[in-house]
Amino acid sequence: MAQYSSSRNIPQQRRGLTAIDAIAALIVILLVVQIWLLSATLDAYLAGHTETALPGAIVSGMLCAACFAMYGFVRRVDKDARPGR
Amino acid sequence: MPDRVKEQEPLWRDEFSISRADERYVNRRQLTKFLTLGSLGMFAGNLWILVRSWLRKAEVYHRSVVATAGEIPVGGVKLFEYPKPGQQCILIRIAEDDYVAYSQKCTHLSCAVFYSRAQNRLECPCHQGYFSVKDGSVLQGPPTRPLPRVILERSGGELVAIEMQPQV
Repeated sequence: MAQYSSSRNIPQQRRGLTAIDAIAALIVILLVVQIWLLSATLDAYLAGHTETALPGAIVSGMLCAACFAMYGFVRRVDKDARPGR
Repeated sequence: MPDRVKEQEPLWRDEFSISRADERYVNRRQLTKFLTLGSLGMFAGNLWILVRSWLRKAEVYHRSVVATAGEIPVGGVKLFEYPKPGQQCILIRIAEDDYVAYSQKCTHLSCAVFYSRAQNRLECPCHQGYFSVKDGSVLQGPPTRPLPRVILERSGGELVAIEMQPQV
């Protein structure tokens, strides 16, 4: 195990970690937007306005898909940086 | 052969790695996974609202006599339930021949509003939210939406509630 760890390409590992940090920060931003979207849609719904529900769900779905795509990217980076894992 | 051994490794050995370098990756990947699941939760919430709004039926209002003209003095109030039992509303006689009625539920956190004759406004005692007695609009405080107004109709000597005006 020690041999395996020491033989890794350290700069590539760091790059991978930086990329994952950046992706995590992006996902946090998208999540904050989704939280705002959900609260705004709920507020409008409780006020009797139902016309915002469909656009809210569509945009939220797109943001969710973007989050999943970025999570897939993180998994790929992880796989590339730690081959065999 | 070694590849086969790796394939058979249990998940926990990867998730709880003894290598610090691996641990950094695993921690970040796990965080990203939970954030993504949080995003899925937000989407599910939006879908839930969408389904609820599709299933929502238009409110049907019935005519209901709430008071007789002259029953309450100028500046006086009367509480009544409209459109369903338990949905408290407040009728106010603001002038000799001028009546207004609103839902008594504050649009902030649903406390019961009351009419302040001295200030000539509807006040919520919980968080000092004030509403105009003329149209139910917000004058001050945390509420962002006006009070739903009950549309009144004069029928002979009676005041009849015919509809609730939706909030803008």
